Amino acid sequence: MTRQLAIQIGLVCLALACSGCNRKYGTAQLAPAPSKYGTAIVESSGGKQIAAAGTTLPQPVIVQVNDEQGNAVTGAAVQFGGPAGVVFDPQNGITDSSGQLSSNVSLGPQAGRYQISAATITKDKKVVEVKLEEIALGYQQILGRQLNDQYCSRCHDPESTPERVSNYDNLAVKPHPFTEGETLNKMSDEDLAAIIGHGGPALNKSPLMPPYGYTLSKTDIQALISYIRTVSDPPYRVPGIVYAQK
Amino acid sequence: MQSSGNKFVGLWQKLFGDPIRAFGVVSVLFLISLAIAPAKNRFSEWGHYQKGYVRLIRGRGEAVTLQRHFQSGIQQIWLPDLGVVDRCTTCHVGQKEASLIDVSTQPFRRHPVIPHTSEQMGCVICHRGQGPATTVEEAHRSTLAWEQPILPARYIESSCGQCHRAPLTGTPQLNEGHRLLTRYGCVHCHTVKQPDGNSLKATDDPPSLSHIADKTTRQWVFAWLKDPQAYAASATMPNFKLSDNDARDISAFLIANSTPIPDDTASNSSPAQKAAPDPTAGASLYGESFCASCHAVQNAAGNVVGGDVGPELTRIGTKAKPEWLQAWIRNPRIYDPGTEMPHYRFTDQQAAVLTGFLQAKADPDLLANVHLDAATPEQIAHGKTLVTEFGCASCHEISGIKKPENFAPELTRIGSKPSKQPRAFGAGLKMPQYSFNPAQIDALTTQLLSFTDRAQSVPNSLAVAATPASNYQPAGKAGQLMNDLACFSCHAINGRGGNMAPDLTWEGSSVQRKWLEDFLRNPNTLRPALIRRMPKFNLTNEEISTLSDYIMTVYQTPAFERDSMPESGYSSAQVEQGRQLFYSKYACQSCHIVDPKADKGYIGPTLTQVGARLNAAWIYHWMKNPQALRPGTGEPNRNMSDDDARGLTAFMMSQKGSGKQEAKK
Repeated sequence: MTRQLAIQIGLVCLALACSGCNRKYGTAQLAPAPSKYGTAIVESSGGKQIAAAGTTLPQPVIVQVNDEQGNAVTGAAVQFGGPAGVVFDPQNGITDSSGQLSSNVSLGPQAGRYQISAATITKDKKVVEVKLEEIALGYQQILGRQLNDQYCSRCHDPESTPERVSNYDNLAVKPHPFTEGETLNKMSDEDLAAIIGHGGPALNKSPLMPPYGYTLSKTDIQALISYIRTVSDPPYRVPGIVYAQK
Repeated sequence: MQSSGNKFVGLWQKLFGDPIRAFGVVSVLFLISLAIAPAKNRFSEWGHYQKGYVRLIRGRGEAVTLQRHFQSGIQQIWLPDLGVVDRCTTCHVGQKEASLIDVSTQPFRRHPVIPHTSEQMGCVICHRGQGPATTVEEAHRSTLAWEQPILPARYIESSCGQCHRAPLTGTPQLNEGHRLLTRYGCVHCHTVKQPDGNSLKATDDPPSLSHIADKTTRQWVFAWLKDPQAYAASATMPNFKLSDNDARDISAFLIANSTPIPDDTASNSSPAQKAAPDPTAGASLYGESFCASCHAVQNAAGNVVGGDVGPELTRIGTKAKPEWLQAWIRNPRIYDPGTEMPHYRFTDQQAAVLTGFLQAKADPDLLANVHLDAATPEQIAHGKTLVTEFGCASCHEISGIKKPENFAPELTRIGSKPSKQPRAFGAGLKMPQYSFNPAQIDALTTQLLSFTDRAQSVPNSLAVAATPASNYQPAGKAGQLMNDLACFSCHAINGRGGNMAPDLTWEGSSVQRKWLEDFLRNPNTLRPALIRRMPKFNLTNEEISTLSDYIMTVYQTPAFERDSMPESGYSSAQVEQGRQLFYSKYACQSCHIVDPKADKGYIGPTLTQVGARLNAAWIYHWMKNPQALRPGTGEPNRNMSDDDARGLTAFMMSQKGSGKQEAKK
C-alpha cells in the first residue's frame, strides 16, 4: 500500500519535473539538411543598420555562400546567431537560387552594438562564419537621432537625396560626419558638449558650426552626444572604466 | 493496516511517552518552524541575486561607492497616488548606478537614461509586469495569479503615451502609430475615447459615394473593391477580401444609388473640350502647378514619388471619366465642397490639357478581365445589404445609408486587454486587410498598447494634454478665398492646417506687402533645395489684394510692433558692420546665400532679395531669437546682442536684389 503510494507520488514528481524541463528547454529549431556545401560565407547586405532597441531592422540581413571559385552556392545551410535577445526570422535556412539567404533581424532590448553572425558548414564539416554589426538605439539615442535629423544632418551628413539635400559640399570647412570615429572618438563628452553648445570657435574650430546652447537643452545635448557615440565607426569606448579584476 | 497503526502508536510512545522527552521534541519542532522564515529568506531568488551583485561590485574600482549605495533585503517603491508597489529594485539593484555602463548581464544592468526616475514613476507603469512579486517568474510572466506580463522592449514607447497625449520628440514609433491610426481611418469604425473625453478624429477624408457614377465606371468600382492596392499601391482603403459576386453587387448598388450633381457644369455642358494632343504641355503644366506636392505617381522604377495628401495618380486615366476629371480640375469644390484640393483658376484650355495628360495615365490591364452584365434589382438590393453589413458608411457618405454608430469594438482600453482571450475582441470578424509593413504594424501596436486602463486613470498632475484640434476659420471674403484655395492643406494658421509649407500665423508681421502681392501673383521659391513649392493659382488682382489685406492686417504677432524698425535709411557703416558679422562672427553663409557668386549655403532661404521681402522689425527679432518666432526652425538661437542684431538687420535690409543699388554704393 505504502509502496504503491510512494510509486504514485514518485511518478507525479517525475511528470512535474519533465513538464518543467520541457518548458525551460523548448524544442530547438532544427536546421534543414543542406544539399550542397560552400567554402565561404559573405555579407550581401544588411550590416551596420540602425534601429530602436527591440525592433526589427529596416532591411533584412542577406548573406551569400560561395565556393572556392567565388561562385554562389545554392542549397547550402546557413545558421544565424547572435547575443541573447536577438531574434532571427528565419534563424536558419538553405540558400536560394542566387546563393543567398535573407533573414529579418530584431535586436535585443538593450541599446548598443550587436554582433551577429551567419555560419555555414563546409564539406569537411568545418564551420565558416561571417560577422556583422548592427546598432540598437535606446531612448536617449532615439531622441538624439531626432535632433540630429532636425538640426545637424543637413550639414554633417554628406549624403544627398532629392527629399533632403545635403549642405555638406557647400561648406568651405567640411563638418565631421557623425560616423567618423577616428576624429570624434578622441573628443571627450565635455568637448562635444562645448562645441554643440557654444559653436566651433569654442574649440578653436570653424565658426561655420553655430552654437546650439540657446536652442537645445542640456538633456538634448547629452542625447545628441549619446547618439553620436552610438553610431561612430570604429566604436567608441567609454574611457576611465575600471573593469572587474579577476 | 493493522501493522502501520501499531507502528504509529509506537512512534508516538517513543517521542511523547515521557514528559521531558516530549518537551524536548516540541522544542525542536518549534525551533525548526522558527528557522523556516530566515531560511526562506536566505535561499530566496532575490537573495541569490543580491549576493551575485555584491560579488560583481567587489572587484570594481568604485566598489566602496557601490557598496554604500547597496541595501540588502527587499526594496520597495510605493507611490500611493499611482497605485504603484514595485519591488523590482530588489533584484535590479544596479539600475541607478551610472558606473555600471559595461555590465550587460541582467538583473544588474544600469537603466538607460530617460526623463523620469524610478522614485517618481516606479517600474511597472512603463514596463508592466507585477510590481509586488518577488520571484522572477511571477514578476515577469503571466501566471495563474497574475495577468500582466512584461512589455517587450519593441513596444516600450507605448508606455509614454499613457500620460503624454501630445507627440513627443523621443517617441517616433508612438507618433507614427498615432499618425497611422488616424490617417488610415481606423477611428472611423473603432471609437478611441481619450481621457479628456474627446474621441480621436480621423485625418483622412474618404470621398462621398453619393455621386460616384459621375466620376467613374462600375467596372472600375468592381476592380477597386476587389483589390484597392492593385489600382494604387499607396491607397489607404483596406482590402475587404470580397468575393466576385459580392463586389459585383456592391458596385451595382453604388452606381444605381448615385445621383448626378445638380449644378455640375460637366454633366450638362457640351462634351469635354478636346485636349490638344501635346503631352509636353500637359507634363509641364502638371509640373508648374506642383501637383506632385500632393499627388504621387509611380515611376518607371516602381517607386511611388510625390506627396500623400491627395490620391495617387498612376492609373487615374483608368478610373476617372474625362468629363468629370475636367470639371474637377476646373473647380473641385463643386463635386466635393470639403476637398483639400485647391481651386486652381485654370482656363478651359489649361484644364483640357491637364485632363488629356492625366487621361493618358491609364492601365488597360486593370479592367481587362472585368466583365459585368447589367445589374439586376436583386443584385442591387443585395449590394445595399452588403454595404450596410461591411459598414462602408462609417467612412464614406452614401445617400440613403446612415453612418453606423459603434460599428467596431471600441479601442479605448485595448492596451489592457489580456491577450489570452481573443474573444475580448468581439465575435464578428469583419475587419478588412490593410497592407502595412512590419514597422507600421509595430508602430500601430505601440499606439494601441498605450490605450490602457492606467491611461484613463492617470492623475491630472501627471497627464500631459494633447494640443486640442483647432477649428480656426478665417473670416469674410478672404476666408472664403482661403477655403477655395485650400490654403490649409499645406499651411498652418493658428494651429489648424498642414505642415508642408510655412506656418502663416504671423505672416503679416514677417513680410512686406509688395512682395506678398508679387508672390501670390507668381510664386517663386525661396529655398533652392526644396522640391515642394507653392503652386500658381492664377489669381485675379482683386483676389490678390483681398488676400494681402487680410494677411497684412490679421496675421500680426503681438510680440513686437511692425513699424518699430525703419525699412530704410541705414548708414553704410551699419551695413558694413552687418556684413562683417554675417560673414565672420556668425558665418551665416554656411546656410544662406547673399552673394550668389561666392556663397553656396542653401539650407536656409536665399537672402539676395531679403530686403525687399521681409519686414525690418521681423528680421531684428528673428536675429534675437528665431526659435521664439518659429519654434523648431533649423536656425539656432544665437543669443545676439541688440547691436549685432541691428547691424545684421541693416545688412539684410540692404539686400534688395536688383544689383543696381549695390553698384551705386
